[in-house]
Amino acid sequence: MGYDLNFTLIWRHFDKLWSGLILSLELAILAIGIGCIIGLALAVLYVSGGRVVRALIAAYVEVIRNVPLILLVYLVFYGVPTVVDFAYSNTTSFVVTLSAYAGAYLVEVFRAGLDAVPRGLIDAGKAIGLTPFQRLVHVRLPTMLRIALPALSNTFVSLFKDTSVASVIAVPELTYGAQWINFNTFRIMEVYLVVTGLYLVAGYAILIGLRALERRYAIGR
Amino acid sequence: MLDQIAYAIPFLLPGLLVTIEVSLITVAVSSVIGVVLGVGLVYGPAWLRWPIRGFSDIIRGIPILVLLFFVYYGLPLTGLNLQSFAAAVLGLTIFKVAQVIEYVRGAIESVPRGQMDAAKAIGLPFHERLAYVIAPQAVRRFLPPWLNGVTDAVKGSALISLLGVGDLLFGIQKVVGRTYDPLALYCFGALLYFVMNYALSIASRALERRFSYIRE
Amino acid sequence: MAATSTGTTPLLRIRAVQKSFGSTHVLRGIDLDVARGEVVSIIGPSGGGKTTLLRCVNFLEPYEQGSIAIDGVEVGYRDGETRKRRSERDLARMRAETGMVFQLFNLFPHLTAAQNITLGLTKVRGLGHAEAKDKAMHWLRRVGLADKAERLPSELSGGQQQRVGIARAVAMEPKILLLDEITSALDPELIGEVLDVVLALAADGMTMLTVTHEIGFARDASQRIVFMADGTISAEGPPAEIFSSNQSNERLRSFLGRFSAAHRL
Repeated sequence: MGYDLNFTLIWRHFDKLWSGLILSLELAILAIGIGCIIGLALAVLYVSGGRVVRALIAAYVEVIRNVPLILLVYLVFYGVPTVVDFAYSNTTSFVVTLSAYAGAYLVEVFRAGLDAVPRGLIDAGKAIGLTPFQRLVHVRLPTMLRIALPALSNTFVSLFKDTSVASVIAVPELTYGAQWINFNTFRIMEVYLVVTGLYLVAGYAILIGLRALERRYAIGR
Repeated sequence: MLDQIAYAIPFLLPGLLVTIEVSLITVAVSSVIGVVLGVGLVYGPAWLRWPIRGFSDIIRGIPILVLLFFVYYGLPLTGLNLQSFAAAVLGLTIFKVAQVIEYVRGAIESVPRGQMDAAKAIGLPFHERLAYVIAPQAVRRFLPPWLNGVTDAVKGSALISLLGVGDLLFGIQKVVGRTYDPLALYCFGALLYFVMNYALSIASRALERRFSYIRE
Repeated sequence: MAATSTGTTPLLRIRAVQKSFGSTHVLRGIDLDVARGEVVSIIGPSGGGKTTLLRCVNFLEPYEQGSIAIDGVEVGYRDGETRKRRSERDLARMRAETGMVFQLFNLFPHLTAAQNITLGLTKVRGLGHAEAKDKAMHWLRRVGLADKAERLPSELSGGQQQRVGIARAVAMEPKILLLDEITSALDPELIGEVLDVVLALAADGMTMLTVTHEIGFARDASQRIVFMADGTISAEGPPAEIFSSNQSNERLRSFLGRFSAAHRL
């Protein structure tokens, strides 16, 4: 078994791994996309809101950061349907969970990014007569996004790895595919070696791609 | 809802203890090994640095879950037959070791290069250079991520329920299976994890403040 | 004073030292002697290898060829033949005999001024705490900073930090003091206080090898000036000779010419 490595069964079922990998990437992209919207909105609300708003947002962030992702996944998938009327799939459930998860981390990233916008730029915006809203849209947010780019990249890679938790509710991503092959072929070493390789290569490819983006747009790296 | 939770508590307590136990062991063992390997990564000869670097990069590049499954299912094949508990702790520890190595590397590299020169110049041997000059300065950069990592260990420990280890999450799921009230119980479980980790993060922030007496 | 006094071995003897950083050949055969009690200043354009040479003397940098000996004992390598590096313990012991003051001070930020000095005294020289503290205070007084003994480096000005750095090096009672552009990172008004300390030490007979851009200081304090460029010693001699208007060395003339008349003399 483990001693004579035999990869043929792995290659035969490789489609499960490949489609799982694609799904993992899609889940991560969806999560960071929605997470960005949540994070951005809450970050803007945070810096411009009153004490109550800030406390609520802080509570949201603290809860998500201190509770294991797997528990959140169970909560949304098993717990929430008991109080809502409509049904949703496991994949949808996971996307919602991971997006909320991403949103909490991104609120911090964006808030720090907004704080890091140099005073001078904002002053320049005031000097040419922009309203606070215009300053937000044309000066602070664009600058903040460039400052936050490295942190965004790291978050995305993390989210990609976090998609593995979706396997516990039978979402057919990469880790689920690995377990499937594991249980059906008993080729434990082989499948996990391949899956490790896939995560590493995919993660590395993502990093290189994002670094290229950073070089073009980021400030301060 | 509340009576469900009240019913559940005696069943959850053992699981909570297991979670705490696993987290403590993981953090303690990984910190010791991680610091040693981290120092080896920064100061060691090439034949030591490359394997440690490789180990750290690979382990941190895969999801914890994959590592746990790999260890749990793969270990028996190497002849080592561990109980689920031991296998789970081993997997979590390996993961944390890789992270601690990174914390150590970042912390030591944040100490200005001239410090090592000055320590050499007054004639201190290597281990005293580390102990009296480098470590006191590196500790300041090491603590914040390390303390964060402790909450990561607690959160990561929840995954061992998938390996059949009777931790808090495992206990919650058993009770859910019996009472069919997932929402209340998962919320309660979330509360327990939250209290644990939030307390840890408060303690860590206080500790950080104590160590930031060196002004740049 | 002549380069080698007759009858006595020089305290520091550098012979045929070659060093490269990768493909850059930084030291191309350096021969230099420093006698006991002598002050030798190395001047020259940036990149000429001056700092590298200094760092080779206390083996902060290894060197590929040649030998460096302090009081006859080879630094860094066990013997010329096999070029096996000395053990860490040997190196540490040798470095205790040299003192170095750095351009960027390199004070230990987590220790007070006094503790910066007592660290070496207790751990390397093996002195007791009380004795070490006394010595530290003595040297802090010498450099005029007795009242700053319990301050952290972050609370001191650049000039004060550098004076503590000097005290730290000198308190170890080294055989030779290595000064690496110790005023280059200081604001102009702080340079004087540091140079005064060094001049006083020189007057007391401390053997020194310094790398400096302070031409005035080099002229006033040194018995000998060494001009290094492109990894070799291009000119060497007493200040009067080096700075004389009859100097024939073209490289030296153009280097000195870059300093304004006010700086030069």
